[in-house]
Amino acid sequence: MKRHAALRATTARRGTKIDAADRLKLAEALLAADDLAACAQRALDWLGRAIGVTRAVCLAGGADSVTVLRPIATLGVRGGRVDSFVLDLEARNDPLVGATVGLGASVFGRNGRAAPSTPLGSGRLIAVPLQGRHTLEEYPVGLLLIASTDADIEADARWVAGLLGPRLTALRAAQRREANERRILRERTLLYNIINAVTDPILLTDTEGRITVANARAEALLSAGEDESEGRRRAIALNNMLFSSALTRRAIEGAEPWRHELLLVDPVDGSDLLFELLSTVTVDPREGTGIVSILRNVTDLRRATQEIEENYRKLRLAEADARAERDRLDLIIDSVADPILVTDSNANIVMMNAPAERLFTADLEAGAEARRTVQANDAHFSSFVSNLFFEPGAMRRSGSIGLVDPRTGALLPVEAISGKIVSEHGEVTAIVTILHDRTQELERDRLYEQLKRASSELEQKVREATAELTRQNELLRRSHFEIEQASAAKSQFLANMSHEFRTPLNAILGYTSMLLKGVTGELTPHQRRNLERVDSNAHHLLAIINDILDISRIEAGKMPLTVTKFDLKDLVAEVLAEVEPIISRSRLAVTSQLTPDMPPLKTDRQKVKQIVINFLTNAIKFTPQGSVEVRTEYVDTRDLIAIAVADTGIGVSAEDRDRIFEDFRQADNSPTREYTGAGLGLAICRRLAGMLDGTITLDSEVGRGSTFTLFLPRAVKRA
Amino acid sequence: MSPRRFTASKDAKPVGARSPLILIVDDFADNREMYTQFLEFSGFRVAEAQNGHEALDKAFALTPDLIVMDLSLPGLDGWEATRRLKADDRTRAIPIIALTGHALAGHSKGAMDAGCDAFITKPCLPERLMEEIKSMLKG
Repeated sequence: MKRHAALRATTARRGTKIDAADRLKLAEALLAADDLAACAQRALDWLGRAIGVTRAVCLAGGADSVTVLRPIATLGVRGGRVDSFVLDLEARNDPLVGATVGLGASVFGRNGRAAPSTPLGSGRLIAVPLQGRHTLEEYPVGLLLIASTDADIEADARWVAGLLGPRLTALRAAQRREANERRILRERTLLYNIINAVTDPILLTDTEGRITVANARAEALLSAGEDESEGRRRAIALNNMLFSSALTRRAIEGAEPWRHELLLVDPVDGSDLLFELLSTVTVDPREGTGIVSILRNVTDLRRATQEIEENYRKLRLAEADARAERDRLDLIIDSVADPILVTDSNANIVMMNAPAERLFTADLEAGAEARRTVQANDAHFSSFVSNLFFEPGAMRRSGSIGLVDPRTGALLPVEAISGKIVSEHGEVTAIVTILHDRTQELERDRLYEQLKRASSELEQKVREATAELTRQNELLRRSHFEIEQASAAKSQFLANMSHEFRTPLNAILGYTSMLLKGVTGELTPHQRRNLERVDSNAHHLLAIINDILDISRIEAGKMPLTVTKFDLKDLVAEVLAEVEPIISRSRLAVTSQLTPDMPPLKTDRQKVKQIVINFLTNAIKFTPQGSVEVRTEYVDTRDLIAIAVADTGIGVSAEDRDRIFEDFRQADNSPTREYTGAGLGLAICRRLAGMLDGTITLDSEVGRGSTFTLFLPRAVKRA
Repeated sequence: MSPRRFTASKDAKPVGARSPLILIVDDFADNREMYTQFLEFSGFRVAEAQNGHEALDKAFALTPDLIVMDLSLPGLDGWEATRRLKADDRTRAIPIIALTGHALAGHSKGAMDAGCDAFITKPCLPERLMEEIKSMLKG
């Protein structure tokens, strides 16, 4: 058996058993196949048909990898074992790899050489590497595995491999070239898409300035189709000129990457477009030197820059305004005498005016005491403000805080008013507090209290004094009442007395009068003279009684005032007529000198008359010889009248002048006095004048005469 | 009161057949009789009464031509007597002269209110009273 096999192999090597036509057919079939698998399959099919191979596998590297071989064609085997078989050429220890990279065919399962694990099973195995004609490539293209017990087919296998190897190598090369081309095309397309997608114009120009590559945006600016409008073409021509001149300058200025501003025209709407031109020289050994230019549209950027600059300028101005405003505000706030503080939401002081600084800051020079005071002030203030923070509804809070002046250590009673500053969203952003020093106010209150106390003490004293006064008044009123009662009793007594006097006096006067009239017969001269003495004394007694009655009536307020309008001239004439009997007896020259422009009087006629009669009778009584004159005057500036009776009588001495107006007084009050009369006349006159708001004056010289004058308001004021 | 002049009364005698009848009412006999003496001396007829009741009786009985009434009378006083005389048809027309020793103003007003036709304060000399009577009778 073994011998036969060796023979067959020799025969095969020689190739005698297969005719040339068959061999030619295989060569044609392999050349006709245009992919690796088909080509390999034809080779395997030929092996089975021509030399009776039953099982074989052809392994080959794929287009993706040359070091990993997979089955691409099989003969007589099928299934998962074949499909999953992989031969990694990097695994150098694998006997199959050794067979693959070797030059000749390897035979396994012979001479104790174990057959490696293959899809063909564990029998005798021939492995023939498949190689190209020129072994330029690092790895062979594949491996042909044939399961065979016949040693003769080894030569035929090598012959097939000699045909199949180059053919597969060529196919694989073509396949790889094709894949490469596809990849390049894809990359190129991608690149173009990317470049076109860039909104900035991108151009590649040659050294002459001709455009080699331009993206869509660059074409829109720099290349015009045949059907473009005239204006658009002119704009594009202008753009080309501008771009070329920029590049020319760029070429002059050197090879470094270069930036330049380039102003182009938008061909569509004619507006100016400002670009930043970035160009870089590229040197390619095949393509030659070129310039890549990227134009970045900075029109909007420039506009934006200008706007930013403008905004910045405005901002600066606004900032300056704000600063000035704040300075002014600071000045105002600082000039407020009351401390003002602004607190943030954590009750930290964020702002304060100068008066507040005096209370809440202490520099290093200040003593420890001052610093402690400041801390205490701060604590008091913070607790006050915090309370407002924790009152959700309240917007304001006011209250008193006891602070201390750090410089003087003096207590400062302070009224604090805090208000929340609320943002649009209702959050408290800050609290403003104004502190008002209440020292003066409290001092004022204290003084006011003192004043009030003093005032109430005073009031109390006044009340006491008033009570005392009331008591005294009451006593006075009582004593006055008693006096009045006494006075009234006296008046009543006098009135009664006068009545009691009058009744008998009436009889005396009546009978005397009748006797003197001769009602009871004629009288002797002696009887008549005595009777006349009785009559005269009775009349005198009556005069005294009347005077006393007058005084008591005046004092009892029972002398009524009867005001009438009358002429003083008539009154004087009437008085002179009434006193005529006395005048004629006295043998004095009694005259009157009346002012002609005397207006009518409006007063109590009877009382004026009584005073004038009294003056006149007194004058006659106290004037032994000479004259008596009645004079009247009118003082129109004061609406006063004066009635004077002047005599050339005995006169009144200076010391007697007041006494003669007293009750029952004559200058000579002695019992042996020369002149009769009760001495009540002037006392009555004084009282009557008082009732008429008038006065009586006396001008007199002893031995030369007296002048009694009555001054009266022309019209009495009383009702 | 001022001293008064005495005037002669030659024309005191009344004219005609019957002289007027004067009723003098006064409780003080000296004064009443003094006036009676003087008025009769002067030609008047005179009747006397010494209190108010007597005055009313005499007035109703005699219907005098004039009554001189002292106001301060015991019992029925002069004011009341005057009021009654003036309230009676028989005596209403008789003039009454009030006489009083009280010189206070209230007396004169009270007398007028009671119905007196004239008022004279004592002391009043007889011829002064006669003048008043004559003027009353004339009016």
